[in-house]
Amino acid sequence: MKFMMFVCSDAEPDTDPTELPDIHKWVAENDSRGRRLTGDALAPTSAATTVRVRGGELLVSEGPFAETAEVIVGFDLLDCADLDEAIEVARTHPMAREGRLELRPFADLPD
Amino acid sequence: MFTSPRRPMPTQAPAGAAAAVAAASVEAYPRIVATLIRVTGDWSLAEDCAQESLTAALERWPADGVPANPGGWLMTVARNRAIDVLRRATVERRKLHDLALLTPDEASPEPEVGQDVVDDRLRLIFTCCHPALAIEARVALTLRTVCGVPTADIARLLLVSESTMTRRLTRARTRITQAGIPYRVPSGPALTERLPGVLAVLYLLFTRGYVADGEPAFADEAVRLARLLDRLMPEQSEVAALLALFLFHHSRRDARRDAAGTLLTLHRQDRDRWDRAAIAEGLATLDRVRHDGPYAWQARIAACHATAVSVDDTDWPTIARAYDALADLRPSPVIALNRAVAHGYAYGPAVGLALLDAARAGGGLGGYPLAVAVEADLVARQGDRLRAASLFREAAAAVASTAERRALLGRADELAG
Repeated sequence: MKFMMFVCSDAEPDTDPTELPDIHKWVAENDSRGRRLTGDALAPTSAATTVRVRGGELLVSEGPFAETAEVIVGFDLLDCADLDEAIEVARTHPMAREGRLELRPFADLPD
Repeated sequence: MFTSPRRPMPTQAPAGAAAAVAAASVEAYPRIVATLIRVTGDWSLAEDCAQESLTAALERWPADGVPANPGGWLMTVARNRAIDVLRRATVERRKLHDLALLTPDEASPEPEVGQDVVDDRLRLIFTCCHPALAIEARVALTLRTVCGVPTADIARLLLVSESTMTRRLTRARTRITQAGIPYRVPSGPALTERLPGVLAVLYLLFTRGYVADGEPAFADEAVRLARLLDRLMPEQSEVAALLALFLFHHSRRDARRDAAGTLLTLHRQDRDRWDRAAIAEGLATLDRVRHDGPYAWQARIAACHATAVSVDDTDWPTIARAYDALADLRPSPVIALNRAVAHGYAYGPAVGLALLDAARAGGGLGGYPLAVAVEADLVARQGDRLRAASLFREAAAAVASTAERRALLGRADELAG
């Protein structure tokens, strides 16, 4: 089952002084096991552009949907057996400690 | 009403049919649900079909008599119902095939035998108590699915309407499917990580039943669940510790209140009314506990109380040592407070008051009426009756429960009188 893993910043990161896991090792490990399909870091929200169409008119504006303290800084697309496996993948990501991760399964919509 | 059907099957006569359905459903319902979930993966379908088998029994048993194997009868009806539903859905061909593979043997298992049955029950418990479900959802789902408590009773116990509870349960089942929560008992290190979460649900259930104004039925269910879990995972000694802890507390259920319903502290309880069988079961269970987890220490403390003939006869030094260990293992304001109480009895009120000061300095006890009540008790034992009475009144004014308020005011009146 596919999960979009949103990588977010967090106002209260982990205070554990031990070294953070290496992100490159995390990517290599999960790619080789077929549990991570793709992923990347995103440019800061100052680079975001919001697009809407209202009554046929295109509205383009600067900035993210909503100004919040916690922002999405990256994403990974996971392919796991179930939530427990996705949690196992997420817990070893460095941002599980420096920020927070949100696991969102793909909607199981009929074709 | 769900405490009544626990008795053995009363009669084969039509008059007893409704009672027979209730009795059979307690064991059969969770087993049917567990089996159907395993085979179909569909929580709602499983619950609906299990429910319909009970409805069918209520219609048929009064006329036809109670079948020789009521659980097997219910399982067969539920399974056939599931096949009907899936056949109509037709897209679920593979599941239908799986369902057809349910042999008659599996459809009517002898109670409590076979690894499949054990695994199904455990899978159900671990899935209902998955950390990705909100704690309220875990409690409600566990009561409904693992214990087979009717939705109306859960709603009454959790103080919501039946329709609200029905919606909550539906949402929780949908979430299990959508979030990808597996129907599985975790293995290896994952089991060690997840078991405390399961035990926390049981503990919450028990405390809801045990608090002053709580529903005793919750405590009964928690004891039943702990027994089941202990039988399913005898090698997990923290489960045995939790069961022992429940049994010691539960042994006092009839002695905790006087005729007027006022809550009685340990000092005032008639120890002849403690349930000796529960205490004996607790001690035998505790005997299997070889580790030093948080429930193990709490159970050892409860055992000291349960085996003492009076408050003065209680082995307070052992209790004080256990609270020292608990304070190291799980530091919390409440543990620190209880530690002050135990040391106060073991080594005198001055020692208790010093530890109470330290506990208050640690924070978290401000506005906690029980801390004031503890101070009142220690001050009373130092001989300052008037100050103790005024502290008991201060504590009484701050507690939320009527039963506790009456008990505290009673102590104040005694000291002032």
